Amino acid sequence: MKREDDYQVRRAPLANLSDKELGERFWALAGQIVEPMLKMGYENTSPAIERSVLLRMGFSSIEAKQIVDGCIERNLLAHGAGNVVLRLARAQKLDIRDAGLALCEGRLWDEAAAAF
Amino acid sequence: MSEYKLDPNENIDVAEILKDLGNYRPRRRGWTWREPAPGLRMGPFEYQDCTKPLADSVPLPPAHYFGDIDPQPSPVITTEISSGRFEDDIRRMRMAAHHGADHIMVIRTAGQSHFDGLIEGTPQGMGGVPVTRKQVRAQRKALDRIEDEVGRPINYHSYVSGVAGPDIAVMFAEEGVNGVHQDPQYNVIYRNINMVRSFVDACESKTLIAWAKQAQIDGAHNANATARDAWKVMPELMVQHAINSIFSAKVGVPKKNICLSTVPPSATPGPCIHQDLPYAVALRDLFHEYRMRAQMNTKYIESSTREATVTHVLNMVISKLTSADIQSTITPDEGRNVPWHIYNLEACDTAKQALVGMDGLMEMVELKKDGYLRDKARELKERAVLFMEEIVELGGYFAAVEAGMFVDSGMYPERNGDGIARKINGGIGAGTIVKRAEDYCAPVTAHYGCNNVAQYGASNPSDLIGGCTLEKPEKIVYIDELDEEDNCNVRMAEVKEFAQPGAKLIRPEMEWLADGTVMLTMFFPAEKGIAEAAAIECGRRMGLTDVEVISRETGHRAEGTRIEIKGKVPFSIEIDKLVIPKEPDVLSDEEIRKDIERRPMKIVCGTVGEDEHSVGLREIIDIKHGGIEKYGIEVHYLGTSVPPEKLVNAAIELNADAMLASTIISHDDIHYKNIGKINRIATEMGVRDKLIFVAGGTQVASAQARANGADEGFGRGSHGNHVATFLVKRRRELEANK
Repeated sequence: MKREDDYQVRRAPLANLSDKELGERFWALAGQIVEPMLKMGYENTSPAIERSVLLRMGFSSIEAKQIVDGCIERNLLAHGAGNVVLRLARAQKLDIRDAGLALCEGRLWDEAAAAF
Repeated sequence: MSEYKLDPNENIDVAEILKDLGNYRPRRRGWTWREPAPGLRMGPFEYQDCTKPLADSVPLPPAHYFGDIDPQPSPVITTEISSGRFEDDIRRMRMAAHHGADHIMVIRTAGQSHFDGLIEGTPQGMGGVPVTRKQVRAQRKALDRIEDEVGRPINYHSYVSGVAGPDIAVMFAEEGVNGVHQDPQYNVIYRNINMVRSFVDACESKTLIAWAKQAQIDGAHNANATARDAWKVMPELMVQHAINSIFSAKVGVPKKNICLSTVPPSATPGPCIHQDLPYAVALRDLFHEYRMRAQMNTKYIESSTREATVTHVLNMVISKLTSADIQSTITPDEGRNVPWHIYNLEACDTAKQALVGMDGLMEMVELKKDGYLRDKARELKERAVLFMEEIVELGGYFAAVEAGMFVDSGMYPERNGDGIARKINGGIGAGTIVKRAEDYCAPVTAHYGCNNVAQYGASNPSDLIGGCTLEKPEKIVYIDELDEEDNCNVRMAEVKEFAQPGAKLIRPEMEWLADGTVMLTMFFPAEKGIAEAAAIECGRRMGLTDVEVISRETGHRAEGTRIEIKGKVPFSIEIDKLVIPKEPDVLSDEEIRKDIERRPMKIVCGTVGEDEHSVGLREIIDIKHGGIEKYGIEVHYLGTSVPPEKLVNAAIELNADAMLASTIISHDDIHYKNIGKINRIATEMGVRDKLIFVAGGTQVASAQARANGADEGFGRGSHGNHVATFLVKRRRELEANK
């Protein structure tokens, strides 16, 4: 889009605002703009977020990637990759790390899926 | 853990730093600001805005006039060190810290933004380093030792961006990284990473940033560097700052840790302060709850390091007139190459020098409360508000990006239709976002959004796994190397003979150990085509390889061109075979002065023989040249062509403590013969034992002067303080022998 500088026309509604009011308007708009993204972040996850969860659970970056890829393949990511490992560990009475390593080796995926 | 400590007189041992990294744990988390020291007294001065001084540092060149003081200004000073080989950067970091940097930023290698996961090991980088756990650990470990040495905490910093933002954010939180860049708009606009993915990931990353108490810097300065006319994006810059700032604050990052990356957008020969100051004022009005990271202009840097330095000083005038919590520096060679060691240090010195030079400025001046400055600032704020109103009208941020509203070269609301547009369902990582199920759970600390831990009867997520790596760092899995060829061990083995401490060989270097790079400045009385070709030919004939012109500046289109070239020396120097002259032994000015106050000293001096040279002796005696008069020594100057007898007689008549004979002409060793003659006459007259006798001249060597009967000889490069030191020390010896 091309447009001439029509600042003088557009500013009319702002002209009578005090500096303080203008600042408040600035921050109100900024807050309004980011609300939908905060909501998206609240309700969604991503492969990177899930890898970051697995890193924090004590898996290496390579292991985290393998587990997340496996979860995506089996449509399990919506439950949380960390949750997949957690439920598998509980169901199989395994240590968290051993449960995750089994998944890295391509084992126990059916058991993991069955836990949901 | 390694007990390795730095020796202030020895090179850092990078191999030692790399040992036992698997067990390294960071000593602290979070950002550190400088400690203000209002009314600080250093040397003969009092400072208004300086901070706690360093325990060990390299002061500015003229500091020796003022007792070697090294005042530290109030903003944290940033330098970016990322040569592609992190192991060589460690040595540069130590030097930068000693030049006043307490924020070391590591730029990532080209392409890391698009790497879907953590990079491991230590591959070589391009235009930056691959940021990996091993590299971060090694540098943080080195900085722990360096900060102990300089006596001030050093903030370590890199980037949480790209498609692996949350992965990196976890690693940085675990490894004690103190500051990060995090701004999803950077992913969207400059890296074409899907916008939904970028914002969703950013929520997680920022939660980790908040947990790790890191300072967060946004990415708005990139608009300044990208836009066709950088000063026209000022309204948009404020919008970008606002989006990232409020978004971060709502995720949970404390406002005091959220920093705006702000650059004075224009540069000379534009009237840059007139353009940039209203913008700086508007920004600080609107964002008074946040912190300012004042960056220097990169957009308009050319290859002249002098010109870049002046631009950067002007940028710091803006910082001083408004505010800067962090003063970032850009190396003045940024317009030529990936920064070299020397330019990181120059940039740190430029910041320190300019800010210390402007210490207390705002006690004396203030910005006008009305007129152009405030009107312009108001206008910019209004334009930014109008920009955001249009974002809302268009249906929100994503729709506005799709419409190409960002980085348009028109000053909003003007539009030139050349903005960067991205599709909501396009870019890298598109379609990878997954809606969390009802039972979604992440059993870890510092996780954003829905987290159904209640289904397991827990309230603290990481309790479900007995604590995550943030509470139990022993759970972190450390990977050393993945690539057998591309790693620091292989690189370091190749230059092993040059590795300090204890190297046998040495070679000049600009960025990597033993890279052999040198820079030469030359002038040719010709237009630039001839000058460039001649410069390259010069470099070749001087034996350099890889010769390249790195800067050209016109003296006059026909009369001449200044050229700088770089090249590599193909040889190594054996350190053992170097002849290293002894450093002259010099007392402090204060000590010399005290000794003269204790007991006044009188000397007679002149240029002896048939010798009309006077400049050298004047340099040694005259107060205006820093000569011995300044210590209160009484000087009787007899002139030039003084016969040796006259010098000795004058010393006796005036009851002098010492005779200073200058002798420049040296054919047939006449200078040494005259020295011998003075010694003989003084001995014959029975006064030699009482008089100190010093000889000097460009061809005078200490040993030969002494062999001919002087107490000491001073050659080329000697100064008043060297002579005064000798006089004082010799007199003490004579006193002791009495």
